Amino acid sequence: MIVDSYRFLPRSFRPLYEGRGPFPGEEAPVWAPFEKRLAGARIALLTSAGLYVRSTQPSFDLDREQSHPEWGDPSWRSIPAGADVADIGVAHLHINDEDIKADPEIALPARLLQQLVDERAVGSATAEHLSVMGYQERSLDGWRNETLPELIAKLRDQQADGLVLAPA
Amino acid sequence: MPVLARWIEAAGIPTVVVTVMPAVAEDRRAPRIVGVEFPFGHAFGMPGDKTMQRRVLELALQVLAGSGAFGTRVDVDIEWPVPLRDAYKAWQPKVASPIVRKLLTSLPPR
Repeated sequence: MIVDSYRFLPRSFRPLYEGRGPFPGEEAPVWAPFEKRLAGARIALLTSAGLYVRSTQPSFDLDREQSHPEWGDPSWRSIPAGADVADIGVAHLHINDEDIKADPEIALPARLLQQLVDERAVGSATAEHLSVMGYQERSLDGWRNETLPELIAKLRDQQADGLVLAPA
Repeated sequence: MPVLARWIEAAGIPTVVVTVMPAVAEDRRAPRIVGVEFPFGHAFGMPGDKTMQRRVLELALQVLAGSGAFGTRVDVDIEWPVPLRDAYKAWQPKVASPIVRKLLTSLPPR
């Protein structure tokens, strides 16, 4: 079964996505081999649903996006693997966030990953997972220059062997 | 997001992208892709449906750990259990996003 990538997209949006090809300079293959057995590997998760921990972290900056519609907050948040569901906030103006608020696992399945660790199907999960807000200005300069080095440092610091990314 | 996966992969950390738009992730040259025919904001499935979420995450981990080559794509064979017309409306924000409002107001009047 081959997924229809445009099934839920308004028809008028489709030309914004379909057949656009790679970003300039991003044509070549990139490949890091997965060397370990999954049962001996540490896995991290990354969502672009704009999740944050309400009790300890600021939201993503939606006010600035409201006044500058081409801009999206390029910062990131660290989400503890055991964060309380009721403490997870969602900051994303491009989706209805009700389902993610009800069950953040549909964007960041940290508890499910821990279950697979408990069953020994996966070696371990990182203590913290990663969250960004997926709507970004076209240049992606904020992500490339500021956020990316910090994300990579965080993943290395936690000795992640692989990363599962889920766009919102 | 696919480009974020590329950059992290280039730093030596293997990645898989779980996405409702796998054709776009292929276009953007993501290294490993799992496609789901789900509404936006629901990469791992229906809220509360642990069985569905587990099928998606397990496939993602298999593709992450077991793909042999760049550009591997595997799609999940699950039909979204909500009628299309309802699901199409349900995922969209109640208030149009700022960029959509701007685009709509910039259209010439009919």
